Amino acid sequence: MAESRAAAAPVASTAPVAPLAKMAREQLRAEFLRYLRSPIFSVFTLALPVVFYLFFGIPNATFQIAGVSGGTYLMASFGAYGVANVMLFTFGIGVALDRARRMDSLIRATPLRPAVFLLSRVAVALTFGLMALTAVSLFAMLTAGVRMEPARWATFAGWLLVGALPFLALGLAIGYLVSANSAAAVVNLVALPLFFASGIFVPVRNLPHFIATIAPYLPTYRYGQLAWGAVGASGTDRALVDLAWLGAYTVVFLLIAGRAYLLEESRRFA
Amino acid sequence: MNRDVAVELRGVHKRYGQVEALRNVDLTVPAGQVVAVLGPNGAGKTTAVELMLGLRRPTSGTVRLFGGDPRAAGVRARRGAMLQESGLPELLTIAELVRLFRAYYPRPLPAAEAIALAGLEESAGRRFGDLSGGQRQRLFFALAVCGDPEMLFLDEPTVAMDVEGRRLFIRAIGEWAGRGRTVLLTTHHLEEADLMADRVVVIDRGVVIADDSPDGIRARVPGRRVTLRLRAPLPAGAFASLPVSSLRHEDHRASFLTPDAPGVLFALRARQAEIVDLEVVGADLEEAFLQLTGGNGHG
Repeated sequence: MAESRAAAAPVASTAPVAPLAKMAREQLRAEFLRYLRSPIFSVFTLALPVVFYLFFGIPNATFQIAGVSGGTYLMASFGAYGVANVMLFTFGIGVALDRARRMDSLIRATPLRPAVFLLSRVAVALTFGLMALTAVSLFAMLTAGVRMEPARWATFAGWLLVGALPFLALGLAIGYLVSANSAAAVVNLVALPLFFASGIFVPVRNLPHFIATIAPYLPTYRYGQLAWGAVGASGTDRALVDLAWLGAYTVVFLLIAGRAYLLEESRRFA
Repeated sequence: MNRDVAVELRGVHKRYGQVEALRNVDLTVPAGQVVAVLGPNGAGKTTAVELMLGLRRPTSGTVRLFGGDPRAAGVRARRGAMLQESGLPELLTIAELVRLFRAYYPRPLPAAEAIALAGLEESAGRRFGDLSGGQRQRLFFALAVCGDPEMLFLDEPTVAMDVEGRRLFIRAIGEWAGRGRTVLLTTHHLEEADLMADRVVVIDRGVVIADDSPDGIRARVPGRRVTLRLRAPLPAGAFASLPVSSLRHEDHRASFLTPDAPGVLFALRARQAEIVDLEVVGADLEEAFLQLTGGNGHG
């Protein structure tokens, strides 16, 4: 009796599932289009760094800062701001919106693999990050006479994308902690002070003393250091030190995001 | 367990804090059946669907889908679902969303077929954010069927649909069920259950109170629905002490449910009622439902 039951039971684990490559490709495509078509997203993430460069970068382009031209230094600053901003927006607002629209429930009802969902969003965020960085860089080269070897720029872009992970994790945490209505405000409320206090918008020496004291401990400061070092500015720590800091922040933010995720899980999906 | 069982709930309890959403629910749905789950708001219909989909876990008892864990990847690939109040990215079009959801399944339907099943051929290029409530529901239906699943879960599928949309939808479900697929739907609309379902499960306050064919449910109310047209309005209390229920009485019309139509009519005659027209019909599913749930049915 027991044997015949076992034989008759359909074996769920060997039932066919969709090919992962196709699932991932279509998920990537949909995520990419979703953000590309959003004017708010494009303005905030792609245009804003360029606008900042127009106001702060061009007027200071000919000064020397830390051994490089102001144009180059500020291209690194606003490039870093642009990439980090994309991470915060795609994850912070994207996750909050999915939760508010209950798209997460619908997705859970389909066979989409959670890892495919998450990784495709990471890939799309990195792509938009690269686009934001390219926009600022091209603008700097065209308007402020910034010159850089392609290989050096590639290294600079690579460091910024790798170093953007803590901002991705912070966006994820915000996305799980706040509502869709407040997500954009919270992202800016968290990001802008962090960037101001880290020498990205204003040199650290021009900041109030107590802020200048805590600046080296902020993730945005470490991210800025990474960017400036990559374009050849002097007086920055070694890249590995900055990466270690950014890695530690990634872990902290992922722990917060994980807690918020589990809380959501127990509230809505338990 | 039989391989032809699609859904099996055994001794399922679900509690949210102090609220018992489901109490000791046993339900087996054989493959190929179209089951309508009926019940007033808050009866536990949505909770039951969420448990079957693995969106929630039972407090106690077991939920199995195709003999497996509803959350297993292989099981998820065999079902499609329409949920209540779910959203999608506003900036993607119907065609793009169908294309995306098809990629989640091993053997999807052609995109054009899924779109046609939902009657969306004309609007395939429109973005989700520009769709009407009824069009959204149809899109969710297209997304539920596009993977060509063995079983469909539809939670209040016709909410926000207009009459035309509803008619089209009922036809689509009939077409789908005709392919030998299993369907479980929740609804407020009893006539929909009557039109689509082989079986009606009535849930009230978390308990299954009836589980039968639509005819069987109707037969549980032995009475007749009597509708009268009168020459003059009846005085107040004209129905006092008569065996009537769900009485609607206004001006020259009166309508009620009774197990003894002739007796009531004679009594009304004796009370000087002048009846000019009369209709006596079997109680419909709605009335059966109201009686079963103690009159706190849908509003």
